[in-house]
Amino acid sequence: MSHDPYIELRNVSFGYGERQILSNINLRVPRGQLVAIMGGSGSGKTTLLRLISGQVRPDSGEVWVDGKNVATMNTRELYAHRRKMGMLFQFGALFTDLSVADNVAFPLREHTALPEDMIRDLVTLKLSAVGLRGTQTLMPAELSGGMARRVALARAIALDPELMLYDEPFTGLDPISLGVIAHLIKRLNQALGTSAVMVTHDVQKSLEIVDYVYFVAHGEIAAEGSPETVRHSDSPWLKQFVHGDPDGPVHFAYPADTSLADDLSAGAR
Amino acid sequence: MFNTLASPFRKLGELTINAVWRLGFATRFLGAILMYSGQSLMRLQMTIREVYFAGVLSLIIIVVSGLFVGMVLGLQGYNTLSRFGSADALGALVALSLLRELGPVLAALLFASRSGSAMTAEIGLMKATEQLDAMRVMAVNPIARVVAPRFWAGVISMPVLAALFNVMGVFGGYLIGVVMIGLDAGTFWSQMQANVDLHSDVINGLIKSLVFGIAVTLIAVFEGYDATPTASGVSSATTRTVVTSALVILALDFVLTAFMF
Ligand SMILES: Nc1ncnc2c1ncn2[C@@H]1O[C@H](COP(=O)(O)OP(=O)(O)OP(=O)(O)O)[C@@H](O)[C@H]1O
Ligand SMILES: [Mg+2]
Repeated sequence: MSHDPYIELRNVSFGYGERQILSNINLRVPRGQLVAIMGGSGSGKTTLLRLISGQVRPDSGEVWVDGKNVATMNTRELYAHRRKMGMLFQFGALFTDLSVADNVAFPLREHTALPEDMIRDLVTLKLSAVGLRGTQTLMPAELSGGMARRVALARAIALDPELMLYDEPFTGLDPISLGVIAHLIKRLNQALGTSAVMVTHDVQKSLEIVDYVYFVAHGEIAAEGSPETVRHSDSPWLKQFVHGDPDGPVHFAYPADTSLADDLSAGAR
Repeated sequence: MFNTLASPFRKLGELTINAVWRLGFATRFLGAILMYSGQSLMRLQMTIREVYFAGVLSLIIIVVSGLFVGMVLGLQGYNTLSRFGSADALGALVALSLLRELGPVLAALLFASRSGSAMTAEIGLMKATEQLDAMRVMAVNPIARVVAPRFWAGVISMPVLAALFNVMGVFGGYLIGVVMIGLDAGTFWSQMQANVDLHSDVINGLIKSLVFGIAVTLIAVFEGYDATPTASGVSSATTRTVVTSALVILALDFVLTAFMF
């Protein structure tokens, strides 16, 4: 069984209400691998993570995680699935009424019966892994954006999950913390055998650490490949992404019903 | 033409359907809270923490308001009673008005605007900042972890706050009647003792405040949980908590009074 991919999305389509966000997505994350999802802002990357964590269900298609279809799970199965999973939210989502240490301790207190002094040691370990051992007594409101993100990362890895979902772990980090966090993500993946999906905009850094990359655009997988093939591909798609050109097959603007000229002259009328 | 004529009715129909739908939703929500209460009552310190935020931090407003309401009752009651030569009954008047009506109702109104609104805003903001989502993704049910402790804290705090309001009110009446106007202290207290009945006045008043506590806290946590997860959504949910609570308290008070007295 362990030859099966840990995650497999088969022909998944999803829309919020009427608006179609993803159509016919096929995506595989082999066991123990680190896979990146890249794509323009608003292209549905966070939504893909939501599908894998079971926060939303696909309109059609199947979401297989560790041999079970998340799309058809009932609440109890879903909660069992999530116990094996850690998720870093795009905006951290720290609990604002708990201190940094209590935030990191939260999953430990909820799901284990560990004694309090062991929990405290684990919290210290996880926080020093993200370089924030000294912030234990601070409240989330006293942290900077990048610090809050790292605390959220410490909380997400507190239970050493089998599956990690990272939503933009590198945003708002200085180059040094970025290197440290990238190294931490890679180490979790290699040392603990965690399977992981990482949504990111940092093309260069992620190509250094990931095993495979998917590019999402217009609700579809526009390109995919290992970092090697992505770097040396001559697809205009990938070139634009890897080099960050504003023009090319990917359009920078959100599709609008009216042209920009119409909108501007409407104001002048 | 037909459309313009029909539109107020359509609007009314929409509003009614919406209201009924939300009532049904709130009832199911209460069911879910009760179902998950076991977990949160087992970890009592979570509920105690919320009792602190909902109850203990409301003490000042309850004590001060109770005192003033009692003093006003003392002044107004003395004015009216002395016209009929029965100023001796002031103690009974103050105590009965407070125990039966003013204590439960005013304390609940104050509680709704002080603690109910805070609960709605807090839960609504937790929703808007994805904290509730984060909890769900960590396989922790937010109804058990966030909503149920706040609900029970409100239900526990309300009768205690109402009782405190009554005590302060009686003391306010005493200050005006006995200390300021100079009525006989013995008469004041003995009239009160003779006319207040444990069951029909004290217990019924407590039952009222318990019912108000359940209603206000349920409205507060429901509005927060149901809020549109944006800044303006949370602010209108907070307003709705205060307005709906006030209406529900007064309506329930009428119904309960009709049954009890
Ligand atoms: N809760 C929601 N309700 C309705 N539409 C939504 C919701 N969440 C996201 N969307 C829409 O779905 C689309 C994809 O959103 P998503 O958050 O998945 O994008 P993303 O790729 O993560 O973007 P970013 O890189 O900016 O985080 C967006 O166009 C957004 O407008
Ligand atoms: Mg996103």
